[in-house]
Amino acid sequence: MGAAAHMTSLAGRFLTKTAIARLAVIALMLAVWEIAARGFVDPLFLAPPSRVVAGLGTVFATNGVPAAVGITLVELVVAFALSVAIGLSVGLALGLFDFPRRSFMPMVLLVYGMPQITILPLFVLYFGIGPASKIAFGVTHGMFPIIVTVVAGVQNVKPILLTSARAMGASFWQQFRYVVFPHMIPVFFTGMRLGMTGVLLGVLLAELYVSTAGIGYFTTLFTQNFDPTKLLGLVGTLAAMAIVLNAIMRRLEMRFARWRD
Amino acid sequence: MRQLAVRAVQIAVPVALVALWYLATTRWGVSRILLPNPVDAARALGHVLATGEYVDDLRVTLTELAIAFAISVGAGITLGYLFSRSSFRIRVFDPLLSAIYSVPLILFLPLYVLWFGLGPASKIALGATISFFPIALSTIAGFGRVEPMMVTAARSMGASDLQLFRFVLLPAAFPVIIAGARLGFTVALLSIIGSETLASLAGLGHKIVELSEGMEMPRMFAYIAFVVAIAAILNIAVSRLEAWGRRHT
Repeated sequence: MGAAAHMTSLAGRFLTKTAIARLAVIALMLAVWEIAARGFVDPLFLAPPSRVVAGLGTVFATNGVPAAVGITLVELVVAFALSVAIGLSVGLALGLFDFPRRSFMPMVLLVYGMPQITILPLFVLYFGIGPASKIAFGVTHGMFPIIVTVVAGVQNVKPILLTSARAMGASFWQQFRYVVFPHMIPVFFTGMRLGMTGVLLGVLLAELYVSTAGIGYFTTLFTQNFDPTKLLGLVGTLAAMAIVLNAIMRRLEMRFARWRD
Repeated sequence: MRQLAVRAVQIAVPVALVALWYLATTRWGVSRILLPNPVDAARALGHVLATGEYVDDLRVTLTELAIAFAISVGAGITLGYLFSRSSFRIRVFDPLLSAIYSVPLILFLPLYVLWFGLGPASKIALGATISFFPIALSTIAGFGRVEPMMVTAARSMGASDLQLFRFVLLPAAFPVIIAGARLGFTVALLSIIGSETLASLAGLGHKIVELSEGMEMPRMFAYIAFVVAIAAILNIAVSRLEAWGRRHT
């Protein structure tokens, strides 16, 4: 296929009727927002999207904003890494061994079901108002979905596979490496995606609660200054960051779920 | 025997945790400003429950929750139904809603505070926004996956639009919709307590923050236990309602 033909087939794939309608809906919503902000709403409260986009530069030129986004990203990455480490080790310990699972799994589910937001002030009290409290709160939001999905993944291995592996003389390690582990991978990536959602929520909640240098500080600042242009720019940037992180996790999940088909 | 051992562990671990907590505050000198004595916390909880001082904050939170949930159920089911009326509309709107739902919408709290102030209105708006998505998405899923055969059959037997809705579409979609509504309720409860914690003037979330800032640790722990219990009661009640609704369709 020539480059030109390739291009037209690409265009054909993306510019279906559905995609055009979807873009039209987005354009319509932006237009309503633009008209409302220009004509009807007090500029102290709402900025039109054109000005928000044009003002993105000034948001990032504000002293401390790039660093704040950087700090928040670091918090997210560290919290996610810790969540995966804790979630995977606890999940495997509970998934592979019957007695701990039956003893502790109900407790894990109970704690997972509690509204963690109620103890956010405690995290700030114990870990301070810096990044540590955000990371800790992100970890408690991120590790539970990973634990639960890893346990479910290990449990989902068909017993016949384990029995036949054992019958062929596989050691515990070999059973894990060649039977449980490959079966766990798709579920593990589902868990990572849910964990990422949790980490984002936990870190952002803690940031918005109290922050000295992260994005929470600036969202509060822009709100108090009645500066909707910068506030919308910052919130939009963070939302875009969240969408990208989620999309990465979803891609990974789909990629690693493929081997079974 | 094994079951007994499991039970023993499940009782022993919480007991040991409380014992450690007690010892930490009485023997090992953990500051009372960081961790209250469990006996003090229990006593504070008894006091809170006995005096009924929680009533005002509880009323604020529950009112916000009720209004937010009513808005999101109304808007979510109406728009969800409209979006589910053709497979083309589903293909257009379903991914859009899912994409927005995947953003942690708590990010919009500062905007809502700017627009609606620190009072209940911003909490209601945030709770309604966040719980709108699971309800709308499940409504689309519910109405969107009705067997086309059933619709054709009902039509060929001469069912009117209203009859088609009442006897075919609604019964088929209802279980999915109420599952979404239950999820929406949980999400609304969490986001309302959350936004009260982050920026507010009243409500249970606000009370916990106020006590934490006043370093009234026993009362703060008492309120945390109280809110966790309220959330559990509400969630159990809603799950019961969902199960009841499922049986009666």
